Amino acid sequence: MIWLDTLVQGVMLGGLYALFAAGLSLVFGIMRLVNLAHGDLIVLGAYLILGIGTATGLNPFLAAALALPVMFAFGWLLQTALLNRVLGDDILPPLLVTFGLSVVIQNVLLQSMTADSRKLPVGPVESASLPLGPVTVGVMPLLTFGSAIVVILALNWLFYHTALGRAFRATSDDPVTAQLMGIRPRRIFAIATGIALVVATIAALYLGARANFDPSIGPARLLYAFEAVIIGGLGSLWGTLAGGMVIGVAQAFGAALNPEWQILAGHIAFVAVLLVRPRGLFPRAND
Amino acid sequence: MRTLVTLAIGLVLLTAMALVPVLGPRILVQDLFKVLCLLVLALNWNLLAGFAGLVSVGQQAFVGVGAYVMFATTILWGMDPLAGVLIGGVVAMALSVPVAFFAFRLNGAYFAIGTWAVADIARLSFGQWRALGGGTGTALPRDATREMLGVGAVRDLLGVSPAAAIDAVTYWLALALAAVMLLACWLFLRSRMGLGLQAVRDNPVAAQSVGVDPTRLKALVFLLTAFATGLCGALLFIQTGRITPDAAFSVIDWTAFVIFIVVIGGIGTLPGPIVGVLVFYALQQLLADYGTVYLIALGLIGIAIMLFARRGLWGGLIHRIGYDPLPLGHAAPRPPHPTQEERP
Amino acid sequence: MSAFLEIEGLTAHYGDFKALFGVDLTLDQGQTLAIIGANGAGKTTLMRAITGIARVTGGSIRLAGRDIARLPAPDILTAGIAMVPEGRRLFPSLTVEENLQIGAHARKGSGFWTLERIYTLFPILRERRTQPGTALSGGQQQMVAIGRALMSNPTVLLCDELSLGLAPVVIREIYAAFPTIRQSGTAIVVVEQDIGQALKVADHVHCMMEGRITLSGRPQDLSRAAIHDAYFGVNHA
Repeated sequence: MIWLDTLVQGVMLGGLYALFAAGLSLVFGIMRLVNLAHGDLIVLGAYLILGIGTATGLNPFLAAALALPVMFAFGWLLQTALLNRVLGDDILPPLLVTFGLSVVIQNVLLQSMTADSRKLPVGPVESASLPLGPVTVGVMPLLTFGSAIVVILALNWLFYHTALGRAFRATSDDPVTAQLMGIRPRRIFAIATGIALVVATIAALYLGARANFDPSIGPARLLYAFEAVIIGGLGSLWGTLAGGMVIGVAQAFGAALNPEWQILAGHIAFVAVLLVRPRGLFPRAND
Repeated sequence: MRTLVTLAIGLVLLTAMALVPVLGPRILVQDLFKVLCLLVLALNWNLLAGFAGLVSVGQQAFVGVGAYVMFATTILWGMDPLAGVLIGGVVAMALSVPVAFFAFRLNGAYFAIGTWAVADIARLSFGQWRALGGGTGTALPRDATREMLGVGAVRDLLGVSPAAAIDAVTYWLALALAAVMLLACWLFLRSRMGLGLQAVRDNPVAAQSVGVDPTRLKALVFLLTAFATGLCGALLFIQTGRITPDAAFSVIDWTAFVIFIVVIGGIGTLPGPIVGVLVFYALQQLLADYGTVYLIALGLIGIAIMLFARRGLWGGLIHRIGYDPLPLGHAAPRPPHPTQEERP
Repeated sequence: MSAFLEIEGLTAHYGDFKALFGVDLTLDQGQTLAIIGANGAGKTTLMRAITGIARVTGGSIRLAGRDIARLPAPDILTAGIAMVPEGRRLFPSLTVEENLQIGAHARKGSGFWTLERIYTLFPILRERRTQPGTALSGGQQQMVAIGRALMSNPTVLLCDELSLGLAPVVIREIYAAFPTIRQSGTAIVVVEQDIGQALKVADHVHCMMEGRITLSGRPQDLSRAAIHDAYFGVNHA
């Protein structure tokens, strides 16, 4: 029974990692941009939610709703002013620019918010749990997992059933021909990054509500998220969810054996999957 | 001719720097030791990313392994720390073989993330080594470094305290490592293999069609840089005297800084890392009183370089003045000059 | 009457190569123009320069009096010039219908061409509407590419190498759609290596060589020999 419990915890944790990873997967799928600042942007989102909550006295869930448009605008601006300028055949400039951004965000947060641990005060829901058949599941983990499913359903709908999603896919396939269709790739990219930061804000809500956060934890989240994306296969959103669950379950079992092995087990699962399938579990056909 | 001038200037600088422990204050020796080590790491990363196209975010793995192996040989097996440095480098290189086997299956950005994950695995694994203090780390015994090869001689020669003598010895080793590394980079990049590597970087298809095997060359570079990075890591932690997994495998200290140094100086140029490390040192000194502000400045400068001067400071400079004191290419063969051949 | 599309002294680069050396060209409303020439004559660069993909380095392109040279590609499409690119270039992750729909991405308001009219023009596409565009045969892909370009309701349709790699019977099938396209009021420029096909559909023919137009005229006025010389450059060698 303890193993079933661990499995369920792992799957729930995987939902959180899928939320970390979904925005990354979206951006990577559309413009082949590896955003090394994604983890720090999630942490930035958590501080924004905290700030809005403190200033208005709102519950973090409502504060997060207010933070969504702000983060969308920030993502749009970031892409327009900075990232669009370094996109190209050479992967080095975008990697280095987002790496620089990561260091800047981390240290600006450190200077302005101090290194103290924070937590989003979500109230009694934090400790509530539900009996689910033979196991008991916390309400927050369940909410996290449910949100991950909803986010991925929503992104899939956007991708495959809207004009914007069509433009996303066309630009990803062939940006030059997309321009012949009247599509402006840079605008498409700006919207995509905006959406990625909206997802990052949702991830930030659960990150901050479930555990303590401080300015330095971004890179580790980025690493888990990237492992999930790579395990899942480039550009596949359901694959990203599966990848998140692989990491989450591996971490849960690792932690059950020895608390010090949690992170290690996740990394080893990542390496193991890639040794068997270098392009991930669900690679897209045309890459 | 141009090369001779550069070599002469290099020798003068090298001599001046070698005299720092004799003439300068100890704090300067310690600062410059750090700078030299960062330079060695930067030269290695530049070779990887700037020439072999391998953008690794996991070089801290080799720093940490070198350092931990040196600690193990000294504490557990009672060897001289300097022997430990050498073994550390060798073990780091040995470890790079399975890492390459894994990471070379990944392309571009995947490679970056893959190497980073491997380095984190190394950090967490070494944190399990109870004999070396587990997650909280351990310190080198005082006697071990005091009795290190050369320390006694330096004490007698300079008449300084044991601690200062240790600083001097590690400093000279770092200086030697940096000089050898620089010379080796220069010779390697002008060699057949080095030129092949640059050809692969500039046009992989064309290079392959003239018989350059990119994977073998890149694997060779990966192995050699792991060796030098391991040596440097071990040396760094002799001077520090204390080790923890987080410090030895720090992605910020041993990879992020190094990347910025290379990018600011000029990625894919030989003197770029030297220029970059000077800028880094100046920033650190200038903004020392403002906490992490120098990191923010470093990040912003790195971004600005990528936006406005992708060749970096050095690359931009030689582009502007049109004179490269350290050319990596070979001049086209000139038609034989009769008077030259008649000379004795 | 002044021409509808007027190109004067156009120079353009393909990468670092100068590929066009002062091309002059005019196109009247509803006219069909053929540009023929050997490989590397600059035909495709001319198409890419008009649509804003190749770098224009000199001269002017006026559409209904407005200079559109150097505008970004999406603005040129909105101005009314659509292209069927060489190699068709369908989007592999889009279905046939989505490939057609994306042609109307920047369209504002209504026009003659709708999804329904494209399916009437090329009935086979209706059957294949849910398949990925790249799963179709070459000829069917070419139909999708033409339909996709028409979906923007262009006033000028540029077709780059329609017949490349297609069987003669398929080529005829595709060119059979031209009368309907002309009736919709769209002027057409076809770039062809297939001289016979070009002479059949065009009101006016230009022959290109080495980035210049070396011969122009109505198909019935041009002798085979003159075209042959212009094509292979006998007089210029």
